[in-house]
Formats: sequence, structure tokens, C-alpha cells
Amino acid sequence: MYDKWVATETTAPAPTHSRLHLKTYSLIAIMVVAGPVGNLLIAMSMKHAGEVKLWPPAALLPTFTRVFGSLTIWIGIASLITFIVAYMLALSMADYSFVQPAAALGYGVVAVLGYFVLHESVSPLRWVGIAVICFGVAFIRNTHPRTTENPS
Amino acid sequence: MLEFVLFVMIIVVGTAGELCLGRAMRETGELERFRPGAAARLLWRALRVKWIWIGVAMMTLAFFSLLLLLSFEEVSFVVPVTALSYLVGALGGIFFLGERVERQRWIGILLVCIGVTLVLIANR
Repeated sequence: MYDKWVATETTAPAPTHSRLHLKTYSLIAIMVVAGPVGNLLIAMSMKHAGEVKLWPPAALLPTFTRVFGSLTIWIGIASLITFIVAYMLALSMADYSFVQPAAALGYGVVAVLGYFVLHESVSPLRWVGIAVICFGVAFIRNTHPRTTENPS
Repeated sequence: MLEFVLFVMIIVVGTAGELCLGRAMRETGELERFRPGAAARLLWRALRVKWIWIGVAMMTLAFFSLLLLLSFEEVSFVVPVTALSYLVGALGGIFFLGERVERQRWIGILLVCIGVTLVLIANR
């Protein structure tokens, strides 16, 4: 009797929940940094490239060489690839409706980068909005990251 | 008008594309070990799921809309506004991926939307 009880105790499922949380949060942390940095670098290079002319077709090539000729846009694209890889890996283990809103912490990063790097003005109300977004993410964090099972 | 069309492209088509990625990853399986090799193998397997290509096509469309919009709008304005896609994302999560969005999560999503609205108002 006692042995059986001990056996069931020791074969009890490992605390996989905390591992799931740790993996998910790590990937979201990568997303939160890589996404905004990518967007910022692309925005910087687009502004630097000036007006984007898509018509007439003859204007396409000069536009493309101007936009894709800078190193900045390629680093930006690499950041966005990092973002999407982390996103896909996160989605392999957690809900879309968990990961997508949790990545909203990146919007705070966007405003901070826009303010300090692009020297855009960020009004107090916009900061409040970003604070509310972060508050919402805190609520989402209280829910279990995964509510579905893998199809077998 | 062009701005509005571009926003719709980014929010609706972009989110639908991400939902397709979610579907593809769900069908591929879970990342068991936090190692680059395991991650690469998982992503490689995911490339054989049709949903990934539908998702990538939609996201590409949304991405070029974003590029165009960023060329004449401020980055800290454009990017937060795309967070409206949370509502589309939650509904897609429920109906397309079969996720359970409980009350706490809805509250969080609504707060995110309120935050986004404040960001919008602050810009007008």
C-alpha cells in the first residue's frame, strides 16, 4: 500500500506549466525588442529614402535601389525576421490570443524609441494610452498561455 | 482614403495571416527544447504545412502596406494603431483556432484597445 502511494507520488506529472511559461515569456521578450527595433530601422530608412514613387513603372527601379540600398533597412529586415521566428516558436506552445496581446509591450518600446531616436514628440496622453496597454497585458498574463491541445 | 485602406490591410489581412501561422504551428507541434537546432527543425517541418504559405502571403501584403504607410506617417503613431488587430486576433483565436478566451483575457484585450484609442486621440 505504502509503496504504491510512494510510486504515484514520484511519478506525478512534472511541473511543465512553469517551463511553458518560461519558454513563452522568453520568446515574447525577444519579440518585444526585435519587432520595434525592426520597425524603427525600416521607418528611418524609408524617411531617409524620401518619396516612394511606384508609378510610372520606370520609377520603380530607382525607388527600390534607394530604399534597399541602405544597410539600415537590411538590419531592420533581419530584426523583423528574428521577430517572426520568435513569434512562430511562441505560437507552437501558446495561444494566439495570449502571445499577440502580450507582445503589445513592444508598443511601449516603439514610443520610447520614437522619442529618443527619431526625436518624435510623444504627448502625455499617448504615454497614458501606452500605460493602459501595458496594464491590459498584465491581465492577459494572469491567464493560462495555452487553452488547446495539439491535434494528434 | 489611402490611409484607411492601408490600415485595413495592415490590421485585418495582417492578423488573418498571423492566425494562419498560429494554425500552422499548432499542426506542426510544440518546441520541446529551447535549442537552436530544435527550433530550426520545428520551423523546417512547419514549412510543409499549407497554412504557413497562406499566412506568409497575407503578412507580406500587410507588410508592404505598412512600409508605404510608414513613408508618410510617424512610426510611434502607425505602429500602436495596428494594435486594433487585438480584437480581430481574439475573435480569430476563438473561431479559427478554438482557443478559450476567458474573462481575464478579455479584460486585458479591452484594456489594450482602450489604450490604443487613447493613442489615436492623442494624435488628432
